Amino acid sequence: MKNSVLNLLTIIVLLAAFGCSSDKPEAAATGDSSVKPKSMVAEEPDPMTNKGVGPITSIELGASVDQALADKGKAIYEAKCTACHKPTEKFIGPAPKGILDRRSPEWVMNMILAPEKMVKEDPIAKKLLMEFNGSPMANQNLTQDEARQVLEYFRTL
Amino acid sequence: MKKQSNQLSNLLLAAMVALVLVLSSCGKANQGPTSGALSGNAASKVYVAPGQYDEFYAFMSGGFSGQIAAYGLPSGRLLKVIPVFSVDPEKGYGFNEETKPLLNTSHGFIPWDDAHHPALSQTNGETDGRWIFINGNNTPRLARIDLSTFETAEILEIPNSGGNHSSPYLTQNTEYVVAGTRFSVPIPQKDVAISSYAENFKGALSFVKVEPTTGRMNIEFQVLMPGLNFDLASSGKGPSHGWTFFTSYNSEMKNSLLEVNASQNDKDFVAAVNWKKAEEYLKAGKAKDFPANYMHNVYSDETHTATSTAMKSVKVLIPSECPGLVYLLPTPKSPHGVDVDPTGEYIVCSGKLSADITAHSFPKMLKAIEDKAFDGDISGVPIIKFESVLGGTVKEPGLGPLHTEFDGKGNAYTSFFISSEIVKWKVGTWEVIDRQPTYYSIGHLMVPGGNSMKPEGKYVVALNKITKDRYLPTGPELTQSAQLYAIDGDKMELLLDFPTIGEPHYAQGISAEKIKPKSKQFFKLSENKHPYVTPTEKDAKVVREGNNVHVYMTMIRSHFMPDNIEGFKVGDKVYFHVTNLEQDFDVPHGFAVMGATNAELLIMPGQTETLVWEPKKEGVFPLYCTDFCSALHQEMQGYARVSPAGSATALKWWLGDEKPVQ
Repeated sequence: MKNSVLNLLTIIVLLAAFGCSSDKPEAAATGDSSVKPKSMVAEEPDPMTNKGVGPITSIELGASVDQALADKGKAIYEAKCTACHKPTEKFIGPAPKGILDRRSPEWVMNMILAPEKMVKEDPIAKKLLMEFNGSPMANQNLTQDEARQVLEYFRTL
Repeated sequence: MKKQSNQLSNLLLAAMVALVLVLSSCGKANQGPTSGALSGNAASKVYVAPGQYDEFYAFMSGGFSGQIAAYGLPSGRLLKVIPVFSVDPEKGYGFNEETKPLLNTSHGFIPWDDAHHPALSQTNGETDGRWIFINGNNTPRLARIDLSTFETAEILEIPNSGGNHSSPYLTQNTEYVVAGTRFSVPIPQKDVAISSYAENFKGALSFVKVEPTTGRMNIEFQVLMPGLNFDLASSGKGPSHGWTFFTSYNSEMKNSLLEVNASQNDKDFVAAVNWKKAEEYLKAGKAKDFPANYMHNVYSDETHTATSTAMKSVKVLIPSECPGLVYLLPTPKSPHGVDVDPTGEYIVCSGKLSADITAHSFPKMLKAIEDKAFDGDISGVPIIKFESVLGGTVKEPGLGPLHTEFDGKGNAYTSFFISSEIVKWKVGTWEVIDRQPTYYSIGHLMVPGGNSMKPEGKYVVALNKITKDRYLPTGPELTQSAQLYAIDGDKMELLLDFPTIGEPHYAQGISAEKIKPKSKQFFKLSENKHPYVTPTEKDAKVVREGNNVHVYMTMIRSHFMPDNIEGFKVGDKVYFHVTNLEQDFDVPHGFAVMGATNAELLIMPGQTETLVWEPKKEGVFPLYCTDFCSALHQEMQGYARVSPAGSATALKWWLGDEKPVQ
């Protein structure tokens, strides 16, 4: 009898303490000191094989430059990219000249098409964001075809 | 042992009391005066979790703020204040060169109005989410807001009107928005003695045609009525489609101390206008061309610029010359609200000084017209016998009935200003079903789609005139407020109070799904036809034309091109035409320059806007982006150098290490 009353008492006291809060008590206890933070230095992926994150997973480049495609890309680049990127020299962002010697074509297109995702998830893009003082790569909402045209233009630089 | 068990019992009791106290305080941070929201689950019914969307948009008129505010329901969260009739320095509205023409009138530029009644466009009697119209009461105007951009797209001045109050109350396919005058005035305006009211003053009811694809408005015709005060309106639906009903007061036709003098007659009138008949008279050439002077202002999303066109005449129909065009329905005691029910059969009128709600019957009205059951006329407009048109009466439901909305389930909800409540009653049986108090003095009320043929009867919003003790005090002026009630059960249930902008009069509500998918995210640069667009940075330039200097400037995260300009002179009129080169959602940039006497620019992606700057002093003045745009927003800045008038400082401009252009 005495025990059951005490048990009831305990339940009531616990209810009174936590009953109205929807916050789980463990939410405050997640600072588990036994979990070591992950190393801040991520493994550098090979920039020539890293495809980045975004809609493009595979791109085949032709053996030679498709000039008609590149001309379309040049027009788009001049309209939407030149506020931050000069073709051959560093400006607000890096110059695209020689980009395919430094990155995979998929990475370049993903950086154009999904820059917000790239600077959060891709190690190279994250590093570039810091290197360029946190200046964000603007998403200019190019279509995949337009991004492909711009990529072809980069091959001519 | 007994003693111990007693102690335990006491402890148990104390713990239970503590529990009750703690639990009862859950979710009730503030127990002020009678909250009304007594049901414990009211909070969960209006809770929209972070990151989640509301089910409805609500568009509240801003009243004397001149704007419309868009809220989410059921949360009551404010989403946007849409500037319409009043300037808004926050958005540059009425301050930038592009939107100034929208506020142009025959009286010149007017920076303010009093906006009362929003009306969502409808197709087949259902809200379609394309546009919302609203009336400007003071300097009579009608505005159309595009709901893909939530921006004012058009403002049309209404001539021969003394105050556009009974408006817009559009027809079931948005064929017309209407604009009845609150004050009768001499038509055309002239200098006469005010005491010649009965002889010289007339009331114009304007029918404004809406072009079905573009939404553009045009005054199709006006009906020149006797000198009544037209108060509110409702267009027919279903069987009554083709008619619009206007309430009126001041059948006494007085011009002073209306508080007393316009409350003498036992009945005033609802004017029933057969606009399909009017179209026949127009075709038959019965309309007279009246000289008029009014402005028609249209904004273009292609040029990002409004134009203002002076209009010079209007077509007028005189009822005495057009039999069958208008009838007067006697209605008790200064009727205010008029609301046609979703079936289109009943015309519910609220005589604001009457103890009852009067519902006229549309079929009875047609029969009375056929039978010529008339009781005289006013200036050739037949008065139908009251008994011949009366469809039903809700007996003594409350004090001071104003407006009625419907839930699509056969129920009506009427607001009572004096007794401060919403009364739910049954259409057809006229019995009162439920009543709930409002805090305080409700004016309009709104059920999403509640004035259409397809109400979405889940909530009713009370738009209250008086707030008193409902919120923390803020000096003599208190916030205006709305209250949300659930109406999906048998009993109405008060769920939420929330403050509103300005004084809300009428409001409209619509399922979010009818608007959200069509919401524009940015303007395409390739479609920008602004005459001063700067499509790329290499097109940026500064051009002097006498004392006018045009700066073709671009902005993108996070710099202007150019950001350094020299060669301005005291006395110059500088036009900063700034193009936002961003092509992404939610990346507007702002533009401000020191000493500008107007406002900032707030430029959406792909848009061009123009700020005029007339520097009065020599010096070097900063300019910067006002809308936090990126990690380097603070660096988005530049300088404008102003030299004395007549100095030889060359005009030149640059960005970064580039060689200055001159």
